[in-house]
Amino acid sequence: MIGSAVPRKEDAALLTGRGTFVDDIHRPGLLHMVYVHSTEAHALISGIDAEEARSLPGVLGVWTARDFAGLPPRPSVPGLERGYLAGDKVHYVGEPVAVVVAADRYTAADAARAVRVAYEPLPVMATVADALAPDAVPIFAPLPGNLALEQQVTPDDVTADLEAAPNRLRARLVNQRCAGTPIEPYGVLADWAGAGPTVWATVQAPHRVRAEIAERFGLARHLVRVIAPDVGGAFGVKSSFMPELFLAPELSRRLGRPVKYVETRGEHMVHTYHGRDQVQDVEVGFDAEGRVLALDVTITVNVGGVPDPVGIGLATLTSYMLGGCYRIPKIAARFRSVVTNTTPTASYRGAGRPEASFLIERVVDLVARELGKDPADVRKVNLIQPDEMPYQTPFEGIVYDEADYPAALDLLLGELDYAGLRAEQARRLADPAAPLLGVGLSTFVEMGGFGPTPLFEQFGYLGGWESANVRLQPDGSVIVLVGTAPHGQGHQTALAQIAADQLNVPFEAISVLYGDTAVVQEGTGTMGSRGMPVAGNAVRQAAAEVAAKARTIAAHMLEADADDVVPIGDGFQVNGAPEATVTLAAVAERAFKPHLLPEGTVLGLENTAYFEPKNLSYPSGAHGCVVEIDRDTGRVSILRYVCVDDCGTVINPLTARGQIHGGVAQGIAQALYEKVTFDGDGRPLAASLEDYMVPGPLDLPPYETHHIETKSSFNPLGAKGLGEAGATAAPQAVVNAVVDALAHLGVRDVEMPCTPERVWKVMHDAS
Amino acid sequence: MRVEITVNGQPHSREIEPRLLLVHFLRDTLSLTGTHIGCDTSSCGACTVLLDGVAIKSCTVLAAQADGCAVTTIEGLAGEDGLSPVQEGFRQCHGLQCGFCTPGMVMAATALLAERPDPTEQEIRNGLKGNMCRCTGYQMIVESVQWAAANGGAR
Amino acid sequence: MIPAAFSYVRAGSVEEALDELSRHGGAARLLAGGHSLLPAMKLRRAEPGVLIDIGRLRELSYVRADGDRIAVGALTSHRTLERDPVVAEQVPLLAAAARRIGDQQVRNRGTIGGSLAHADPAADLAGAVLALDGVLVARGPSGVREIPAREFFTGRCRNALAAAELLTEIRLPAAPGRSYAFEKFSRRALDWAVVGVAAQERPGGGVAVALIGMGPTPVRATAVEEALAAGTPAAEAARLAAQGCEPPDNAVASASYRAHLAEVLVTRAMAAL
Ligand SMILES: Cc1cc2nc3c(=O)[nH]c(=O)nc-3n(C[C@H](O)[C@H](O)[C@H](O)COP(=O)(O)OP(=O)(O)OC[C@H]3O[C@@H](n4cnc5c(N)ncnc54)[C@H](O)[C@@H]3O)c2cc1C
Ligand code: FES
Ligand code: FES
Repeated sequence: MIGSAVPRKEDAALLTGRGTFVDDIHRPGLLHMVYVHSTEAHALISGIDAEEARSLPGVLGVWTARDFAGLPPRPSVPGLERGYLAGDKVHYVGEPVAVVVAADRYTAADAARAVRVAYEPLPVMATVADALAPDAVPIFAPLPGNLALEQQVTPDDVTADLEAAPNRLRARLVNQRCAGTPIEPYGVLADWAGAGPTVWATVQAPHRVRAEIAERFGLARHLVRVIAPDVGGAFGVKSSFMPELFLAPELSRRLGRPVKYVETRGEHMVHTYHGRDQVQDVEVGFDAEGRVLALDVTITVNVGGVPDPVGIGLATLTSYMLGGCYRIPKIAARFRSVVTNTTPTASYRGAGRPEASFLIERVVDLVARELGKDPADVRKVNLIQPDEMPYQTPFEGIVYDEADYPAALDLLLGELDYAGLRAEQARRLADPAAPLLGVGLSTFVEMGGFGPTPLFEQFGYLGGWESANVRLQPDGSVIVLVGTAPHGQGHQTALAQIAADQLNVPFEAISVLYGDTAVVQEGTGTMGSRGMPVAGNAVRQAAAEVAAKARTIAAHMLEADADDVVPIGDGFQVNGAPEATVTLAAVAERAFKPHLLPEGTVLGLENTAYFEPKNLSYPSGAHGCVVEIDRDTGRVSILRYVCVDDCGTVINPLTARGQIHGGVAQGIAQALYEKVTFDGDGRPLAASLEDYMVPGPLDLPPYETHHIETKSSFNPLGAKGLGEAGATAAPQAVVNAVVDALAHLGVRDVEMPCTPERVWKVMHDAS
Repeated sequence: MRVEITVNGQPHSREIEPRLLLVHFLRDTLSLTGTHIGCDTSSCGACTVLLDGVAIKSCTVLAAQADGCAVTTIEGLAGEDGLSPVQEGFRQCHGLQCGFCTPGMVMAATALLAERPDPTEQEIRNGLKGNMCRCTGYQMIVESVQWAAANGGAR
Repeated sequence: MIPAAFSYVRAGSVEEALDELSRHGGAARLLAGGHSLLPAMKLRRAEPGVLIDIGRLRELSYVRADGDRIAVGALTSHRTLERDPVVAEQVPLLAAAARRIGDQQVRNRGTIGGSLAHADPAADLAGAVLALDGVLVARGPSGVREIPAREFFTGRCRNALAAAELLTEIRLPAAPGRSYAFEKFSRRALDWAVVGVAAQERPGGGVAVALIGMGPTPVRATAVEEALAAGTPAAEAARLAAQGCEPPDNAVASASYRAHLAEVLVTRAMAAL
């Protein structure tokens, strides 16, 4: 089954309106919780008047920070402990200030609007520049310079190497703030009915959420049940520990009724954490061939108003990946995470790695431009060769697995008809009526398969492994329980394909369950492109154990030696004796008959495996983008987008294609459309889908996808992961194409998003 | 006020607040939770249903405005013979990932095919431009609709 | 997401709607397609105490050829404008503009009367009606009056209707066989125009050019029209597109970019005529 494009098991319910998303769940006596959000970016709260709200019929109460003083803080950066609601002070527009519970959503919405909060404005640090200015007001007393973290990632000093290099250039690159914007916003339903709560939530790591909730409430973990039902997209933004995860259970406990919170889109845009938002100052040394000799990078991250423990350190991952798929001997990297009066930032698809890929791919293009060379040629002299794999990067522990980067680039150039495009570009340049043409390349590598445990512990997880329990039912059908919590990736399908191959049972006879801590053994979750490389291997391993045991039982039933028994169609056969067969169903049933099994056989046919990856995996590839620019309006249109991806073993080509498309779409969205912006007072300017430019069907191109399959030796399946590759590869493929189209005007850079107005301004200023 | 709305062929008569949005009438009053809500600015299309046969955004219609009308939701599309061609197309061509935009997307595609049984790729994209998907990047949705057009259309 | 409470009246006739309007004074708003009003109410930017639903007034949903004039009922949907054969033949500019509005769901609900009454400076139909030299028919307690489109838009989302007046009809000079162009520039395909241009060849010769997104109201590009009438080449005349406009300068687009777009789009419209 591995490698076959079967339609998904998940689809039947989702296509008929029978999916179960958090807001679809009803419980008897259900109450609705709504926040009152701060309307100020930086202010003291001088009073909260909830009299009118409390008096509305159907309102059960209004609570403010002091009502939750007894709860230990949310998972926080040490020294900057976060509560659940803003206390004396608000730090960004959208920070929850109070919470209202009412019998229905309409009343709750009315009540939230009736709560009046009085603010005493403080100076607003809406940008990193404001926050770092000498006269900046500290947003948090313990951070006088508004620096939440400053880290030298490598001990290396590359000053001498840069000075020794024949050529040098500097650049400042901006990776703008984006909002994850899953179409389903964040939601939580908590029902504290007995000794502890059951919590349905739109989360990516239910076991971790269970641990955090149990800890806050002083409960043993078995008393807390967290269920991630169908989740309508997450892209990393549902991995942060939002206050509602704790407030809903607490209010359910106090009120003795189930409490639901589902954010509106408007809330999502200011309350759920954003991603990216890095400024990168780069200096690169290179030789006449374009070989990169040394790289020096300083990253400044805007972590927003209440630093998130993951967000604050994401630039570590950016630093690790700075070398891209190039042999760069010396890299020095440092970063600083700055607090500002904006929504906090944390993980968004790729979480730190797309920022690195963008940086190095833009730098390689700048080097090519500086030398007057073709960007494809400059890539070729720098690419790590297949015989150098596994490749130790300048960063300890960061070792790339097997891949053929040059082959991916060659395939891409062929598919693009690169030479033909260059000729067409020249022709159009000569014709003032023709739209400008640009070609952009992105040879990328990213980190997938998160694990292993020592790395993942740093992000607060119990481990970096993933778990799977594979269980044969007495009729030979199979239930797989897996510790991931997918939200569109299609694990029911792909993991069943893996199990089917190991167990030699039909794909249809396998069900994959996940997302419920009361049902699934300890698990880690879905993020960091870890589904196939980690969970896939856990399933494979557990299924293999079960298959081995089934074979032993079959041998017993056939009165043969286990070594002589071979799997056939729907069961086993004694080698060379076609009449001596037994079906898997018979074997499965036998596994539950102690009196008919050899002495000492453990009953049942099941196994639980925890697969710890040896290392991260490194999905890679080469993407190319062809754009046309309208000389009059500056509008960029994508004529072609071509992907060559190496994600190792492809489990299901259909879902693999879907993952690439989706990632690329988000990458193009970042390159051309999306940016979360604030005005000088820290007021959000893109707080709805009208203003935040999530692209629609006419705004995105068709994608051409190709694969190179180099199996990773870091895990038995040979899979590398795929969920974040597209988002990592695409932004710079597009921006390189845009800059390429404008290069004849002397343009070196266009900041993302390359909106028509921005491109027009760049053209206008250049000519 | 009282409204009478036929949903998926079944008449419902309910006492409602005038401000009740059709989407909440479907989801909360009738427990037909297949119709989703993805925004508050009428932008995303997740709430798309058919109102007297044409596609509308049920977050931008009052239940009161639908009084006396017939609504078809995602729950009403599949027949005794299984999934509708559009639903089947989405399954065959992997036109959905998380599935949250899907009910709205399927309803909008159904309305599109009812008027244009054989749309071009551009016409499909144009017909679905009121529906956002964050997972698929749209191409496999377009392919799903093409599959449906070739295999029975809007039914 | 949730509108404030209101009371709801469904009008069975234009008279009833007018009675209700007078009875409730400023507290009431008419509800046509609801695709400008309900979004505003959901964000609580509008909190009317009473909604008078005129959406069922079939009597106001029609397209009629009336000599050399086309009469369009105020409750005619964008969807109908896109498809109606009389519109296609007699005032195709209106269909071209309708086709560019939002998405199929929006066009199925929104009405021409609602769009004009809402008076968004970027409304596509407003541009078309202005370029067509339309006349809007209003009915109020004191009877019926005609308001030329050029006088109808009085400010950002403000119109010349009195509080108790209702828009019943839009009258457009028929323009069969005469060339027209509608150019719209938006950020995403779904979005409202950043800037748009509606151009219509006039019966006596000459071209009417209207701009949307270039100020607090849709406007006629008078300088362009005059230059064209004086025989100035189109490309040169287009340079006057933004003359006299005060384009908004905001997060959607800067004033200078809008002015530039106006010139580009007018040039394109002239080329398409
Ligand atoms: C997602 C989305 C995208 C859109 N995109 C575009 C676009 O690209 N271009 C565009 O032009 N429009 C766009 N619109 C707006 C759309 O065209 C609306 O339908 C239109 O603006 C209002 O028409 P309506 O019938 O829905 O009016 P309503 O919302 O019912 O009413 C609007 C206002 O007009 C008043 N009113 C309505 N009818 C009358 C009447 N007969 N007499 C007096 N007053 C009346 C109402 O009281 C209200 O104040 C979009 C809307 C949405 C939701
Ligand atoms: S929920 Fe209706 S359009 Fe988004
Ligand atoms: S499938 Fe997830 S939003 Fe479309």
